[in-house]
Amino acid sequence: MSSFEYASAPESKAIANIASSYGLFIGGKFVEPKKGKSFNTINPATEELLSKVGYADKLDIDAAVKSARSAFTKVWSKLPAKERGKYLYRIARILQERAREFAVVETLDNGKPIRESRDTDIPLAAAHFFYHAGWADKLEYAGVGNKPKPLGVVGQIIPWNFPLLMLAWKIAPALAAGNTVVLKPAETTPLTALLFAQVCQQAGLPDGVVNIVTGDGITGAALVNHPDINKIAFTGSTEVGKAIARSISATKKSATLELGGKAANIVFEDAAIDEAIEGIVNGIFFNQGHVCCAGSRLLIQENVSDEVIEKLKKRMSLIRVGDPMDKNTDLGAINSKEQLKRIHEISNTGDAEGANRWSPECKLPAKGYWYPPTIFTGVSQSHRIARDEIFGPVLSVLTFRTPAEGIEKANNSMYGLSAGIWSDKGAKILWAAKQLKAGVIWANTFNKFDPASPFGGYKESGWGREGGRHGLAGYLASDAKASK
Amino acid sequence: MSRLDINKTYKLFIAGAFPRSESGRVYEIKGANKKFIANPAMASRKDLRDSVVAAKAAQSGWANATAFNRGQILYRIAEIMQGRSEQFVDEICALEGVSNKAAKIQVAEAIDTWVWYSGWCDKLSSVTGSLNQVSGPFYNFTTPEPLGVVAIFAESKPSLLGVVRTLAPVLAGGNTAVLIASESYPLAAITLSEALATSDIPGGVVNILTGKTAELAPWVASHMEIDGVDVAGLSKKQEEELKLVGADNLKRVFRFAPTNNPERILSFMEQKTVWHPIGL
Repeated sequence: MSSFEYASAPESKAIANIASSYGLFIGGKFVEPKKGKSFNTINPATEELLSKVGYADKLDIDAAVKSARSAFTKVWSKLPAKERGKYLYRIARILQERAREFAVVETLDNGKPIRESRDTDIPLAAAHFFYHAGWADKLEYAGVGNKPKPLGVVGQIIPWNFPLLMLAWKIAPALAAGNTVVLKPAETTPLTALLFAQVCQQAGLPDGVVNIVTGDGITGAALVNHPDINKIAFTGSTEVGKAIARSISATKKSATLELGGKAANIVFEDAAIDEAIEGIVNGIFFNQGHVCCAGSRLLIQENVSDEVIEKLKKRMSLIRVGDPMDKNTDLGAINSKEQLKRIHEISNTGDAEGANRWSPECKLPAKGYWYPPTIFTGVSQSHRIARDEIFGPVLSVLTFRTPAEGIEKANNSMYGLSAGIWSDKGAKILWAAKQLKAGVIWANTFNKFDPASPFGGYKESGWGREGGRHGLAGYLASDAKASK
Repeated sequence: MSRLDINKTYKLFIAGAFPRSESGRVYEIKGANKKFIANPAMASRKDLRDSVVAAKAAQSGWANATAFNRGQILYRIAEIMQGRSEQFVDEICALEGVSNKAAKIQVAEAIDTWVWYSGWCDKLSSVTGSLNQVSGPFYNFTTPEPLGVVAIFAESKPSLLGVVRTLAPVLAGGNTAVLIASESYPLAAITLSEALATSDIPGGVVNILTGKTAELAPWVASHMEIDGVDVAGLSKKQEEELKLVGADNLKRVFRFAPTNNPERILSFMEQKTVWHPIGL
């Protein structure tokens, strides 16, 4: 049978307008780092230089925190809540207006398919601002007492997997609750955050309410350890999350930590298999598997496992890997050389420990960082590929016989961020959802996100929630907690 | 000649039983009048570990009991305590050196605290959960679930109320508890364990240890199966040390204002969000 090949459908880069260099965004202005240092940000799909951005050190962090503190005391906390909300609405609208530009820059800087940045990242980021804008003058109904108060200055550190979306998850609720922020984007994906700084300027947001400082882990540590920060909000690895928890253990700082995961995606024998296959593919290959809640452990009930694996392999053969700017691309570039190295390192332990690797035939581009969609079958619970977060397009497949065994295997992890359930029986779905130790359960769906829906993990997947009323509460002071 | 009183041996409360410390150690408690009152057990690291094993084993049973059932059991504790009021009053007077009237007020408040938290058990989801209006054809709800095993360092004084207002909210949320009694004022906690043993609370749901706070706190901090800690009875320095080591499994560590508040329950709960598509 002949088949029709997809013709390439590249998105234009023309809309991007990336400057050759960016300073730090402090006090409403772009300023040069005090020591004049900068670093490169590249396109991981081509390894081409995109721009040079300022490297913030301790002195710059101090300036940013001072600017945020001053904006908090003098302006933002005095503004009527209704007016605060209007600024957020403005930001949401500008993000919608400039959505295509943001999507293109996100894809160039991150390597994710343009289809995902265009249809998921950017619209959701705008939606987060729109949702939280409405909260600004309704905080007394958020379930944290009659007179909820902001915390003050919040230090926020975000990862490279959903750069603008994670920024929105952090900044929108913080501002709605009346806090001011200093945000550090990830080292490899600073551009949409710097573009966002321009959005703040266009929205007329008072100077210093949002400060964006670019840099690396040392920059982040300086932010965490700054004495005038009231709260840290961090999304990233469990390892760094624990280090932050230690750093703030002797301070008054509070923290929200959204950390790693090793989600079980459980397929019961009565699942609608074709739908489950789509869910499995979306669960692990969405965003190259650079997703903390990725369904990276597939648990299949034994009597349907052959069928599921066969269909999954067939479906994986149709995944289009390549140019992220092509609108037909499903799997884009791995975000960085370091991440690619890590994916290789952990995946190679799968071979060494005796699991069976399989990838469809696919041509990877010569330049840039790439990893083919991969599954390992014959994985056992003690294998490193069943325990460690790979953060790449690599799926570990395990099987189970009884529902109870499936749940036990699913919960056998230090993580507890998310889980998936595939079954056509309502009672079984609700039973499984109750048994699973995870903060987000997707039943007969996977990787769905919404500003109204709380997100966050059990166990070592972190502290607190983001999104919804529960996420908002993390940015408001509680009078039930003892003042330290 | 007047009759000689029968003095009580104050023991630990682990898995529904009253063992002595496996270490064989005790320490001396003197009353407000400086006279000897008791030799409570000085719990060891092993006693703590045994308590966590018991709490972990009891956790799913307690969490999966209906909220209505949990509420009834907490109410039952209040009933049993009411009958033992005098014993609590006497011990509080002897140990804290407060007036009979003040002790009675404290006991009444402690009993009412059980009743207050009892009523919360089956209202948590309604008040703090949510049906989330997501932008798509999905049914999406959020509901609180217990954290797991929570360690409690009870406040010193008020010695009975300090125990009840930390313990009751932890149980109301469906967690099981390992409570480390105040080192200097442990009697109320031990006598409470006797009330618990005759209430309907399953063995292992509450475990109570007496001993040296400074000795036990580091073992609580490093225990990987303790999920949360109420540090009411720790010094600021001890709290900081516990948080530092407790970061290894990201323990949820809290200190609350000395009031009753649903946030005491919710801080030791996780919010779970479930999505399901809507459609034909």
